[in-house]
Amino acid sequence: MSRHKVDAVAPAQPRRSGAMENRRRLNSTLRAYFHNHQQNAAESFERLAAEPLQSLMTMLVVAIALCLPAMLYVGVSSLQQLSGSWESSAQMTLFLQKGASDNAIKKLITGLEVNSELAEVQYISPLQALDALQDSGGFGEALTLLDENPLPPVLLVVPIADIEGDVPRIEQLLRTLSAQPLVDEVQLDMKWLQRMQQILDIGRQITLLLGGALALGVLLVVGNTIRLAIENRREEILVVKLVGGTNSFVRRPFLYIGLWYGACGGVIAGAGVVLAQFWLGATVLRLAALYQSDFSLQGLGAGGMLVLIALGGALGLIGAALAVGRHIAQLEP
Amino acid sequence: MIEFDNVSKRYPDGHEALSQVSFTLAAGEMAFLTGHSGAGKSTLLKLIMLMERPSGGQLRVNSKNLNSLHKSQIPYYRRRVGVVFQNHQLLFDRSVFDNVALPLQVSGVERRDIERRVRAALDKVGLLSKEKLNPVQLSGGEQQRIGIARAVVHTPRILLADEPTGNLDPGLSAEIMRLFEDFKNVGVSVLVATHDIALISTLDERVLTLDHGRLSEATLVPA
Repeated sequence: MSRHKVDAVAPAQPRRSGAMENRRRLNSTLRAYFHNHQQNAAESFERLAAEPLQSLMTMLVVAIALCLPAMLYVGVSSLQQLSGSWESSAQMTLFLQKGASDNAIKKLITGLEVNSELAEVQYISPLQALDALQDSGGFGEALTLLDENPLPPVLLVVPIADIEGDVPRIEQLLRTLSAQPLVDEVQLDMKWLQRMQQILDIGRQITLLLGGALALGVLLVVGNTIRLAIENRREEILVVKLVGGTNSFVRRPFLYIGLWYGACGGVIAGAGVVLAQFWLGATVLRLAALYQSDFSLQGLGAGGMLVLIALGGALGLIGAALAVGRHIAQLEP
Repeated sequence: MIEFDNVSKRYPDGHEALSQVSFTLAAGEMAFLTGHSGAGKSTLLKLIMLMERPSGGQLRVNSKNLNSLHKSQIPYYRRRVGVVFQNHQLLFDRSVFDNVALPLQVSGVERRDIERRVRAALDKVGLLSKEKLNPVQLSGGEQQRIGIARAVVHTPRILLADEPTGNLDPGLSAEIMRLFEDFKNVGVSVLVATHDIALISTLDERVLTLDHGRLSEATLVPA
């Protein structure tokens, strides 16, 4: 233990120019800062991995809380797609004036065909309608008793896919069509469409509400877990503060733990949604086939999955921040 | 370096731990702080560490009044002070190396600098070969030396020690005191709280004695 060893401990760097020295020091501090973040992220994960059962429990709670609203969201958006793709739903029947001339009708059809909101226009003459009625059976005899054809000419129009399911625009179209001089009446059974929309609105609101309540649950669960972690590492926190650790330095590992809990919960929740989709998907397909529909459950998609993981991570981080903010400032040596 | 100017400390329960204490410790100076237990030695050290705030008087370190130091500045202030704790306060969830590295990690020192400086500090206390062990595997004396290495690794301007030789045999105690004198000789202000009068009397240093919170200075004649 000789004198020269003390010198090895003491800084003996030659002085350089101030600006250069400052920049060098800033670079070095930044490098150390990022290294510290990296190290904290890795160490926090190792800490969780060291107690796999306990960590998994917390992550599962987070996962369940994220999974339920995510599944609801998937269900609602699938139905949303269904309500939009129900082709016949938006088909309108235009009953034209009985005495309308063929020429006038042709002009109307040409006019409608250039309407950018309509995808399809089909003309059914009174004669065709009568034939169809006779073919459908039962009425044959009765119809021959009539002096003249009682049926009006009819146009079947289908709006373009973009505005199907968009109730206000469909209504607007309905009004435009009714205003045509040749048109007697326009029929569209929109009631069920509106009802469907309202149900979906309720579904969305429930998803939001449930999501909000469960997000609060995640905050509390992560917050409480972090509080216990802080309690367990009390000694360490005190020592770190005594050797000059700032509050943010002390907070960092706990924030990373929260982030990991949340993000891992998000990953598990994403896997849960995919599993549920596989499990329910086949049943839904069979059911849809019975109704001649090509409806199928939509997945979350890669984007949705990332959002779920990010959301989990953010919730974990916020939960940890809440716990850490309260407890670490109180811990003073 | 350290200036106490009529400093008093009264705890919320009314107990007056320090009464109008005044003394100055210059850079490169070493002093022992003695007194019966409960005389206020730990309180005095805690004031310098800003673990407690004085209830009266002024305390200046490096010409800066600590009373006006904002709470958020405390960590940066503590990085210039090294402390050897009575119960060494080592963390048993990490290696000897990581324990000593702690003050450097909190101040944002780069990894390769950390390695160099931790090894230098461990070499200084003669425990370089034990860097990978857990402190739990070391003897009481070795743990105390790890605590010293941690207190000096960041080359503090001030070194405080609270009963650093508390449960060490005389040989080891003398060795540790020599270590402190080495730091004094490179310009560090060293303040050692101890009640080991026998040890103090072998060294030619200032002795500050606390008695029921009042300070008096006596120079013991080296034996």
